[in-house]
Amino acid sequence: MKTIFRVVLMLALVLGAVSVQAADTLNGAGASFPYPVYSAWAFDYSKATGVQLNYQSIGSGGGIRQITERTVEFGASDAPLTPEALQKSNLLQFPAVMGGVVPVVNIAGIKAGQMHLDSDAVCKIYLGEIKFWDDAKIQSMNSKIKLPHKEITVVHRSDGSGTTAIFTTYLSEACPAWKQKVGAGTSVKYPVGIGGKGNEGVSNYVKRSDNSIGYVEFAYAEQNKLAYTMLKNPAGNFVAPSFKTFEDAAASGDFDPKKDFNLWLVNAKGKNAWPIAGATFILLAKDKKDASMKTVKFYDWAFNNGDTKAKELVYIPLPKALKDKVRAYWKANGLY
Amino acid sequence: MKKNPIDTIFAALTAVSSFAIIFLIVGILIVLVSESSLAIHKFGILNFITETDWDPVKEIFGAASTLYGTMVTTALSMLIAIPIAIGIAVFITEIAPNFLKGPIGIAIELLAAIPSIIYGMWGLFTLAPLMTDYIEPALQQTFGKLPFFSVLLAGTPMGIDLLTASVILSIMIIPFTASISRDAFNLTPEVVKESAYALGATQWEVVKNIVIPYSKLGVFGGVVLSMGRAIGETMAVAFVLGNNHQITSSLLDAAATITVSLANEFSEADTDIYLSSLFYLALVLFVLSFITLFIAKYFLIRAERKYSR
Repeated sequence: MKTIFRVVLMLALVLGAVSVQAADTLNGAGASFPYPVYSAWAFDYSKATGVQLNYQSIGSGGGIRQITERTVEFGASDAPLTPEALQKSNLLQFPAVMGGVVPVVNIAGIKAGQMHLDSDAVCKIYLGEIKFWDDAKIQSMNSKIKLPHKEITVVHRSDGSGTTAIFTTYLSEACPAWKQKVGAGTSVKYPVGIGGKGNEGVSNYVKRSDNSIGYVEFAYAEQNKLAYTMLKNPAGNFVAPSFKTFEDAAASGDFDPKKDFNLWLVNAKGKNAWPIAGATFILLAKDKKDASMKTVKFYDWAFNNGDTKAKELVYIPLPKALKDKVRAYWKANGLY
Repeated sequence: MKKNPIDTIFAALTAVSSFAIIFLIVGILIVLVSESSLAIHKFGILNFITETDWDPVKEIFGAASTLYGTMVTTALSMLIAIPIAIGIAVFITEIAPNFLKGPIGIAIELLAAIPSIIYGMWGLFTLAPLMTDYIEPALQQTFGKLPFFSVLLAGTPMGIDLLTASVILSIMIIPFTASISRDAFNLTPEVVKESAYALGATQWEVVKNIVIPYSKLGVFGGVVLSMGRAIGETMAVAFVLGNNHQITSSLLDAAATITVSLANEFSEADTDIYLSSLFYLALVLFVLSFITLFIAKYFLIRAERKYSR
């Protein structure tokens, strides 16, 4: 009898603890790109404060729809919404963390950082106008290496993704022909190439096909030891993808709180800025003040305590100046 | 006679369960139609089915390329799967000694129980490299010069193509076709088979002249049911077809099926018309599956009537 009583008491305590915690959850949904870093932050945050984050990585499109319908407390999107679109759905927007997109190649004998490309060359390769690696244009930027007369295998994403949106926005801004023929979006009609599903699909096909080029998130290029290329940025310098060059891009990007930070961080002006980067954004409902304040608390905590964790997972934390701008934006909207 | 109340409750419960299915199907149809109404309004029905372009940036959407991909992969996978599946069924019912029947039957049913994402990942990491390095170059060298095949096998083998997708699909539908065919073959009366053997018929003659004619409608029904499965299969092919919206004459080119497009593009579809067009694709698939199942049922019912007499 005594044992039964104990078991019941234990159960009651455990259930009680669970239900207390369940009351303290923050529900968000959206982009899959920042999911690993948000869940790492959430783990530490719940240890520090007891508040659980329940984040469903259903894609940016789904995140925007769910916050528009107010079924979650915050939405997350890889693409920034325009101030007009935000106005229409009565939403606020701020950047949370950044990532970069990196072209990777697989050519025998060419190591990471050896291939030099400018935006015009990348654009012409993806348009199918440059067909061979020893094309005069590519060779002129790579006088030190001998390029093979081999056909270029172009690899792109088969699924809709924020990575594609950043990459095609970069090409559209740098290259009028791309803008006119293809354009920018989460999924576009590629003139040439084969499609891999997800970053893992693209990196798998680049690794397997000789003389190929693809584009993946920075983290994937790092973890899979793919041969990234150097890119020429608008300032005229060849840069390698690294935390340093991403931070330089972020610092020179004109994130304007008056425009709800609506900015694609491509072709940034900084001297050493990597030209293909992007922030991922959080969307808040203006009319749900309690929920939005809860979300702001979480991201404020992450801004203060989450940089190391983000870097471990190969995400780029916002520079301090931008974090201060975001905090001022929260304050101006009465959430901080 | 007074009816037992338990009977009444039981009847009501079963009726509710059955009608729930009908409500569910009608509900899905209503949702599909209402979600795709924007696209139906903009592109029409015939235009949408015949439009070959699929360009989310310019907001031009058409189902022709994905319909084509769906039909080609389905047809090709049936072409590979049916002979193998019927071979398996003949072996199990007519040829195999009794102690082998059990293990083979179980192995086939296990094959049907593997989740399709496993087939997809296996296809991406194992089958696609094999296709690229060995099977497709070998096919090109053997048949590549023949007039008709030179078109079918044109291009550089990349492993992301209609052929690879069809091979994976065929592996997925073999268990279905085989087990339905086996059940159909078992319907052949023993007496007729034994009479044929008594008259001196060989095993081949019995299968060809007795078993297959007896069960062909049942087998056909099974084939069409597996076709429904091949049309609707998603994750197994999502990784190895490339999702290129193009109509291509070469089997070594990337393409897209309706399900592959939905799996690849749904979560990041950002504009209303884009999302609505994806729902419209799903509606087209729904109708296509409905027609397929209708044909299958028709033949199965005819087969049953023939043998229940």
